[in-house]
Amino acid sequence: MAEAHAVAHEAPKGFIRKYIFSLDHKVIGIQYILLALAAVFVGMFLSLLMRLHLVWPNAKLPFFDVMTPEQYLALMTMHGTIMVFFVLTTAPQSGFGNYFLPIQIGAADMAFPTLNMLSFWFTFVSFAVMMAAFFVVGGAPISGWTAYPPLSAVGEIAGPGLGWGQSLWVISIAIFCGASLMGALNFITTTLDLRTKGMSLMRMPLTCWAWFVTAILALLGFAVLLAAGILLLLDRHAGTSFFVPGGLVITEKLIPHKGGSPLLWQHLFWFFGHPEVYIAILPGMGITSHILSTFARKPIFGYRAMVYAIFAIALLGLSVWGHHMFTSGMSPYSAFAFSLLTMSIGVPSAIKTFNWIGTLWGGQIRFTTPMLFAIGFVSLFVSGGLSGIFLAQPAVDLPLHDTYFVVGHFHLIMGVAAIFGMFGATYYWFSKMFGRQMSEFLGKLHFWPTFIGVYCIFMPMHFIGLAGHERRYPDTTAVQYLAALQPVHLFMTIAAIVTIAAQFIFVFNFFWSLWRGKKAEVNPWEATTLEWTVPSPPPHDNFAGRYPAVYRGPYEYGVPGAAKDFTPQHVPDGAGGAGSH
Amino acid sequence: MTGKAATQELEALDVGGTGAGTEWPWAPGGPDGSAVPQRVYVTGIFLALASILMFFTALTSAYLVRQGISTDWVPIELPAILWANTAVLLGSSATIERARRLLAQGRPEGFRRWWGLTTALGLLFLAGQFVAWTELRAAGVYVATNPSSSFFYVLTGAHGLHLLGGVAALLYLARRDESREHRAGLQTAAAAASVYWHFLGVIWVCVFLLLNLRG
Repeated sequence: MAEAHAVAHEAPKGFIRKYIFSLDHKVIGIQYILLALAAVFVGMFLSLLMRLHLVWPNAKLPFFDVMTPEQYLALMTMHGTIMVFFVLTTAPQSGFGNYFLPIQIGAADMAFPTLNMLSFWFTFVSFAVMMAAFFVVGGAPISGWTAYPPLSAVGEIAGPGLGWGQSLWVISIAIFCGASLMGALNFITTTLDLRTKGMSLMRMPLTCWAWFVTAILALLGFAVLLAAGILLLLDRHAGTSFFVPGGLVITEKLIPHKGGSPLLWQHLFWFFGHPEVYIAILPGMGITSHILSTFARKPIFGYRAMVYAIFAIALLGLSVWGHHMFTSGMSPYSAFAFSLLTMSIGVPSAIKTFNWIGTLWGGQIRFTTPMLFAIGFVSLFVSGGLSGIFLAQPAVDLPLHDTYFVVGHFHLIMGVAAIFGMFGATYYWFSKMFGRQMSEFLGKLHFWPTFIGVYCIFMPMHFIGLAGHERRYPDTTAVQYLAALQPVHLFMTIAAIVTIAAQFIFVFNFFWSLWRGKKAEVNPWEATTLEWTVPSPPPHDNFAGRYPAVYRGPYEYGVPGAAKDFTPQHVPDGAGGAGSH
Repeated sequence: MTGKAATQELEALDVGGTGAGTEWPWAPGGPDGSAVPQRVYVTGIFLALASILMFFTALTSAYLVRQGISTDWVPIELPAILWANTAVLLGSSATIERARRLLAQGRPEGFRRWWGLTTALGLLFLAGQFVAWTELRAAGVYVATNPSSSFFYVLTGAHGLHLLGGVAALLYLARRDESREHRAGLQTAAAAASVYWHFLGVIWVCVFLLLNLRG
């Protein structure tokens, strides 16, 4: 294995070794980002179809003619699955983390390059298997991204897509678990063991902290999901009864399973599922902190508090899964405990928000595109987080459970906020990754309709949820009390169309800048961390065999007495640096 | 970008601020020819164990919950050979430890002998597990017969697959070059493999206790 590593750090020759089965963390990072970009467009297209169907239920849509309720549920299932696994888990952590973690800590590559390559290709295969579910008999599964049994366990008798489609879904998720476990192991080992000289843990950029803690959550959570997935697969194909209760009659046929517990799946699933929310959002928090400090030209406010808050969120995040199950008939005492723990996540979340605002306070703010998205992230995090406090109360959750209120809540905080983190990261690091700057003008043109648009889509959902609008209804025309809410649906659909249209500005900017963008300098943002000391794009082993020593923390902006308003981490005291302070 | 051009550009950039970038302590071509410090293998294996522990904990909690709520749980009669298998696996933990120490003392021949014995014991354990499954099958106890049998097959199967991975690692390392310049790497790899092996022994004892005490 040692020999393999030595070879791994020679620049590879040939297209396949260089770009397809690459061992270079930077290439693998871009592979992940491109995979997520493909996935996000599939997921977004599915959501567009759903929104169109909600407003014009009898319209003929591409691929569907007139959509059936089951097809709507299949779209919903696949939208959620693709977005959660292949976008929110893939891009912020595996994509940007892979590319920038080693550079930011001064390493040549990840600790296990071969494992890194495997983890990408497992993810790729997993995505292919998931997509295949659209094309098998019965189509994609209809059991939601949470795949609750018995619906997900009894087979096609319960509906289309629950035969082959559901099996492919479970297999794809199991493969994804394997990929994530390999990735997580690599991230943690790299962070612990490959930091360059002087890069103590408390000098790491907050991005690295976020990736590190996210990897810990993934390492623990995906192992549990894998176990649950195996049991579900056995229920489906080996006739076991882990999750399927006895006496179940579907379309006048008695299901042979007996004695299983659907709640057992819910516990196992959400033990993974809730940390998964933080797997999606923590990297965005890290990136936001990083960007805010850079463009406020101030050190991050309360660096240590930020690190501890990340750990607190992760630790609490592992013990609150029951708040997804308040309506499952759990003991009120358990519900109380889960509720209390859930609300206590508000404390580290508030610390982070306070510190972000403290970072901006009195700063010499540069409103670049990445900065706009970082500020947008804070806004979405607050808006989405506040409704979380509502839902954390069992008494309030009972009527709101499975309404659009929940849909609005988790889209703002988990979906859109994390996406804003990714946009911020893309605009911030594009020049480092591809050697050219993205257009600032187009970036701002992308930001404003996106920012306003997502609020127009997801804020009204809170209101129709409060009005009692259940989620997952494919067609509301026959439901009398929902008729009054139909204009709100129309408004949200129009907002969705506009917001989706605005994303093509981003795609155009991305590909146009790739070839036509302004040539990037090494450090266009005047930033302090190590990725801004290497060429754009960095050479194969990042530092070409010469590794920087680190002399200071990651966010020394505007330090009084320093020669410039930023002091990079590799600059020693007395060499144009800040001196002791 | 070619390596040379990159180096020149880096020199021009004056990384390190003093004109001289620091040599990476574990730069390629280090004393043991490795590009990364040996400790990554130890860190990596312990992280893998944490994850595997979560996996078996999930199955165990599912076991206890499913058993606790059910009215249909009928304990299976565990095949007696499992006791012998347990002894074999515990014995293999002792032999792998002996092998690892011999290698650390610079005695590669002894290492090879004990390492091979461990591999054989691992395979013997797996064969024993296979016999146990066959016995149950002959008695009409299949995976779907009862939740107790479902869990029996899932737990022993999952453990067996992990152990099969361990055997593959042992075979891979047995073929590794143990000449002097590679010995440090082999020692780390052998230490990592033996940590994994001991861990699977502990997992097996836990699984076996669970099956016996809460069958």
